[in-house]
Amino acid sequence: MIDLVVIPALKIVILLIGLLTAVAYATLLERKVQAWVQSRLGPMRVGPQGVLQPIADVIKLLLKEDITPARADKWVYTLAPIMAVVPALIVFAVIPFGPSSFIWGRDVPVYITDINVGLLYIVSVSSIGVYGIILAGYASNSKYPLLAGLRASAQLISYEVAITMTLVSMILMSGTLSMVGIIDAQEQAGLWYAFVQPVALLIFFVGGLAETNRAPFDMPEAEQELVGGFHTEYSGMRFALFYLAEYINMIVVCTVVTTLFFGGWLRPFPGAEALAFLDYVPGWIWFLLKTFVIFYIFMWIRATLPRYRYDQLMRLGWKVLIPLALANLIVTAAAKVFLR
Amino acid sequence: MITVLGFWTLATLILAFGVLVITAKDTVHSVIFLIANFLCVAALYVLLHAEFLAVIQVLVYAGGIVVLYLFVVMLVNLKRAPEDHVAPERLGRVGLVVAGAVLAELAAILVYGFTAGGWSAPPAPTAAADAALGNVERVGLMLYGDYLVPFEIASMLLLVAMVGAIVLAKREL
Repeated sequence: MIDLVVIPALKIVILLIGLLTAVAYATLLERKVQAWVQSRLGPMRVGPQGVLQPIADVIKLLLKEDITPARADKWVYTLAPIMAVVPALIVFAVIPFGPSSFIWGRDVPVYITDINVGLLYIVSVSSIGVYGIILAGYASNSKYPLLAGLRASAQLISYEVAITMTLVSMILMSGTLSMVGIIDAQEQAGLWYAFVQPVALLIFFVGGLAETNRAPFDMPEAEQELVGGFHTEYSGMRFALFYLAEYINMIVVCTVVTTLFFGGWLRPFPGAEALAFLDYVPGWIWFLLKTFVIFYIFMWIRATLPRYRYDQLMRLGWKVLIPLALANLIVTAAAKVFLR
Repeated sequence: MITVLGFWTLATLILAFGVLVITAKDTVHSVIFLIANFLCVAALYVLLHAEFLAVIQVLVYAGGIVVLYLFVVMLVNLKRAPEDHVAPERLGRVGLVVAGAVLAELAAILVYGFTAGGWSAPPAPTAAADAALGNVERVGLMLYGDYLVPFEIASMLLLVAMVGAIVLAKREL
């Protein structure tokens, strides 16, 4: 009873609280990093160095008037933010934060569950998230959100192909679809897969930027062309839900990159005996540290690179990333067959 | 007990969403009901311990094909009246034939099920066999072993469809 219900429920509660706090502070980090890159200070007024800014933001969003446009499709208009945020949240069921650890004499793994199709689960659940964007664009009954919604969905479909193809080569490498199994395979190999599969890492990272609508691929939100993107008509808490979904999706991409390419909870160079003292640091700290570094690179890229044009984005996806991913898959498969 | 309860709940939901898909006035609403329907079918697969199939159902149908449906629905203005040259009686006759064929197929399955072994439940997957060979491995072995020829034919069919779509879309090539 305790193992089946109480502990998973507790883990889910802790994860949700942690995740929502992380998202709130990710927005602050984003503003701060952008400000530092542009020689500004960023938010400074609320609390020392602006550390209470996210709380002020949340209160503002909660208290704002929630407007539904008169000609909107009300039912779909309400459904869209929910369909954006729910898939983003339930992906975390299979993210392996750390290995099993003993708490009060009980063996508790630092992840909610480990299913044997974990990686596919992540891909399929996040493919549901695209509906939030398309439906928001449609239901607003306004031309800019509709255009943004169409752009976003075309972008997501294009980059999903390349990403899934690189995932297949990672599955070939590790021989399993389970997230925990992939980390175990890297432990046995004594090597992070980033060193074996740099091309896959590159494709996955670029595809991840595009999938989360981040700069330089933030076409759906191109404010100069589309006002504000698919959520132009939204306000208050429903608008906040879209932002929540976007940031959670970013964190998901970072955690998946960490798990697949950077050994998840493993220390750097898990094969090197000389670095064994690093094992004193708990696994989940390594995991969060790696995730944070990748997240920081996301912010860095946004502050550095200009936006792609729409046709350039499509050309990059279909003519560069997908052929590259296919070639990588073939080479991986061939190496797997001939090098054993 | 929980399995039975889950099955009847899901079966009811699947039928309800199926009816809503064809009765909804707005085409986008019917696409949304279709997504809900596919998700319930995926849940049914989980109930049958076919997790791989469930995930693929969500990925391919709910996440892939329906997105394209939505694209078509949003890009093509479906509020316009259908083309004049398609006579409604003719559509009705075609519909009757198709519905009859489906009914005959379902009846055949029912009769076959009765004669083959009555209403007994399908054999539950044994835990030992599951532990020895995962869901994914078993599907892979079946596709590339017992059902290799149908699998290859299906992939040829998809290739032909793809080439056809490209030829239709790019006539100047």
